Amino acid sequence: MTEAIGTEPTSTIRLTVNDTLHALEVPDRKLLSDVLRQDLGLTGTHVGCEHGVCGSCTVQLDGEPVRSCLMFAVTAQGHEVKTVEGVGNDPENPSDVQQAFIDCHGLQCGFCTPGFVTTIDAYIDENPKPTEEEAREAVSGNLCRCTGYQNIVAAVQRAAELRAEGARQ
Amino acid sequence: MTTRLFGQKITRREDPRLLTGHGRYVDDVSGSAIAAAFVRSPHAHADILDIDVTGALDVAGVIAVWTHEDLPGHAAERLPMLIPNPSIVAPHTGYALAKDHVNFVGEPIVMVVAENRYIAEDAANLIDVEYNFCDPVVGVEQAREGSRIVHEGMEDNVAAHIVQNVGDVDSGLDSAPHVLELDLEFERSACMPMEGKGVVATWDPGEGSLEVYSSTQTSTGLRAVLAAKLEIPLTKVEVITPDVGGAFGVKINHPWPEELAVACAARALEATVKWTEDRREHFISSAHERAQTQWVKVGFDDEGRIHGLDVKFWHDNGAYLPYGVIVPLNTSTHIMGPYVIPSFRVEYWSLYTNTVMVTPYRGAGRAHAVFMMERTMDAIAAELGLDRAEVRLRNFVREFPHPMGLRMQDGAEGCIDSGDFVTSLDKLKALVGWDEFESYREQARSEGRQVGIGLACYIESTGAGPYEGGHIEVESSGRVNVWTGLTTHGQAHATVFAQIVADELGVPIDSVQVNTGDTRKLPYSVGTWGSRGAVMAGNALHLTAKKVREKALRIAGESLEADPDDLEIVEGLVQVKGDVSASMPLAAVSVLSNPLRYAFDESARAATAFARESPADEPSIKPGEQPGLEEQEFFSPLRSTVANGMHAAIVETDPETADIKILRYCVIHDCGPMVNPLVVEGQVHGGVAQGVGGALYEKMAYDTDGQLLNASFMDFLMPFASEIPHIETDHLETPSPLNPLGIKGAGEAGTIPTASAIASAIEDAEGIPIRSMPLDPSTLWHMRAAHAEGDVARSH
Ligand code: FES
Ligand code: FES
Repeated sequence: MTEAIGTEPTSTIRLTVNDTLHALEVPDRKLLSDVLRQDLGLTGTHVGCEHGVCGSCTVQLDGEPVRSCLMFAVTAQGHEVKTVEGVGNDPENPSDVQQAFIDCHGLQCGFCTPGFVTTIDAYIDENPKPTEEEAREAVSGNLCRCTGYQNIVAAVQRAAELRAEGARQ
Repeated sequence: MTTRLFGQKITRREDPRLLTGHGRYVDDVSGSAIAAAFVRSPHAHADILDIDVTGALDVAGVIAVWTHEDLPGHAAERLPMLIPNPSIVAPHTGYALAKDHVNFVGEPIVMVVAENRYIAEDAANLIDVEYNFCDPVVGVEQAREGSRIVHEGMEDNVAAHIVQNVGDVDSGLDSAPHVLELDLEFERSACMPMEGKGVVATWDPGEGSLEVYSSTQTSTGLRAVLAAKLEIPLTKVEVITPDVGGAFGVKINHPWPEELAVACAARALEATVKWTEDRREHFISSAHERAQTQWVKVGFDDEGRIHGLDVKFWHDNGAYLPYGVIVPLNTSTHIMGPYVIPSFRVEYWSLYTNTVMVTPYRGAGRAHAVFMMERTMDAIAAELGLDRAEVRLRNFVREFPHPMGLRMQDGAEGCIDSGDFVTSLDKLKALVGWDEFESYREQARSEGRQVGIGLACYIESTGAGPYEGGHIEVESSGRVNVWTGLTTHGQAHATVFAQIVADELGVPIDSVQVNTGDTRKLPYSVGTWGSRGAVMAGNALHLTAKKVREKALRIAGESLEADPDDLEIVEGLVQVKGDVSASMPLAAVSVLSNPLRYAFDESARAATAFARESPADEPSIKPGEQPGLEEQEFFSPLRSTVANGMHAAIVETDPETADIKILRYCVIHDCGPMVNPLVVEGQVHGGVAQGVGGALYEKMAYDTDGQLLNASFMDFLMPFASEIPHIETDHLETPSPLNPLGIKGAGEAGTIPTASAIASAIEDAEGIPIRSMPLDPSTLWHMRAAHAEGDVARSH
């Protein structure tokens, strides 16, 4: 890969993604979203705007939701990244947040969805019993063009319920 | 009897995959492919004098740089006019790469192919294009006035002109005791799917074949046009549409210049070439919709019944017209809505401007039509001091079918095939609390709050032909593979079509697998647009499944020695009705359907128990039959179905800041029997949210030079969860007589009347006539000030 990039400055970084440590040689200017998608093949993270507004590219960095299109991969060096695949990558056995989206019909085309899933996955740890208003607030940094949001808001509350049930077991 | 799946709110079968990162969108395909980037015009109207690409060629990693001169054969000609119409007086389309002129900011001029996207974009920035500037034509007013001309050789900017008449409008207006005129403006917005466009093309030099992945709404259309433009046999081109991240109309145009240019590059370079649109590119070079200037003259009696309606409108179609006049034509044919209008004349002009072209956006043309009619209904009610719902009730169509007397987009005469508008309105009034609103208003007023209620009714021609097909095969394992030529962009095709097929075949839904948008199995298809997916492919698959079932019963009948009419299929088991002791699995029927009976699997071995000696001296396959439990069938309707619905909104406007808040939003929706009410409601929610965007926030802000000033999500305001109200829905299911399942389309319904319902509510809250949308707080604030000075005409 690196030869093709010609004289562009590159760095070797060590990056933990979904609990796996990777050593990568990446161009300094390459976005974290592109490295996740192209170098690591984690295409669950989507790019909808590349200017930090839509939230499709949201991943967790040390547990906090961040826009991976606004970060260079080199700046993620030494941090823990969790993508939608890290939240749950088995269609037969989806995570609580993913199951909540199924239950509530919280997605249509599914393009924005991974960004919502990673956002909500972090949020319900912070607020395990969100009201409808809080749930709406929690997802109001992400754009979805398909669903009209109300089923996504419902999915936040459902996810919190499922997580609480899981904790009880 | 198993429960019928049709009508069940079952959760979506596509979800687990999409939620766990296993979706496969076009940019997920072939991540390592070489990449294309485009140099686009920064000017709205200019001649290209010279293109200097030397700077780009020096960049390490650049593989090729293409201008118009490098396009081969037909690919260098103008892009096709896809849907000709007699009203088009001056057809103009663009090129894959601009030839000599540019006509809007964002028009592609040069394609750079490089090792990766980063390098391709670097190199694109180093290309110098020299221009000779011309004055741009921006907006309807300038286009209509005609002192500047978009396309050389034309005398004005009129791309298309049409007049349609029902009855004699002049005598209709003359006979009316009251006449009103309204001037209206409708926004220019855009579909803005979260996934932009994209294409990945691979050339196989050995086969001489092209494989294309595209985020399109019509894989079959794209396949045909690429074969024609690249001058290769149709059988050597396949188009695959993987998951699509939303479309809403913008991905129906084909080929997009980039699809053609990238396919050419793939062939020339014998490589896989990929282009993924970025958001700015999407804003400035993918299609917009909606902008219209409208004029309405209506004559009505003391009861508010309309005698005559005369309408003119001017439609901004942007720089080119590859998708014909579908948008203004739809506007013209939907104005009469659910009402009896004894005399009607509509005249439109579709105008070229130096801006991005306009192609259908969810609710294509219809939202604008509803705006005209529903603003008119409110104006009539205001003039006569009547209840707005009552005026609508008095004008409703009450007998079905109701011929409209107009030619629709499919060329057939429009006809409202079914509906019950009186009941719909009753339901809407009950849901929103129409009759109790005055006391709510009083209460709000006592708290210093200003509220208003509004409503809007619409019809929508849906399920347009000419045809759609289905292909079903039952594997010897019992698995049922279903193909539709349609692409899918969130409409739950994998779920609703599985419901339809499982019902008809009598198999568990888990055994049904739906495949979409792949031209390799079903090359005949039209596409996913215009609320036609469920109506067209749903019925095609219903008919196909029926054919498969008949064949299965015929084969099973021979083995079970029973009359096929006495057989049924329940949970994948073919059995004698009322006598389950005589039965065989559908999987075994699949084995028996193929005389080549290698015993690969369990069902093949099991099927030997049912195999009968074939009669001597007869071929294994009888004339006219085919091996395998596999069928293909097509559905072609007489004309479009017509769905309908009514929306009501309650808004609150801030007396000081003019902030507009939607307090309640209610929808009554009639798309006939719902295959999956969960999915239908989801479509309504999403549609309303787009409608709210159009009503309050979204507008393409072009300056007088034709520069789009708000080409980012920071400046073009799409609603977040915080802007969209909770949507309350109720349904009425009046079946259509036009197809076996009785269904009508549902995809666009939510968007169509939203701006009109919200306009009605704001007008009610403010007491100021609302004549243009979108309406943001600052515009409303200025309108208030102007209104207070009695200067209503200049208030918008
Ligand atoms: S792609 Fe990162 S915020 Fe839109
Ligand atoms: S589901 Fe399509 S953008 Fe959210």
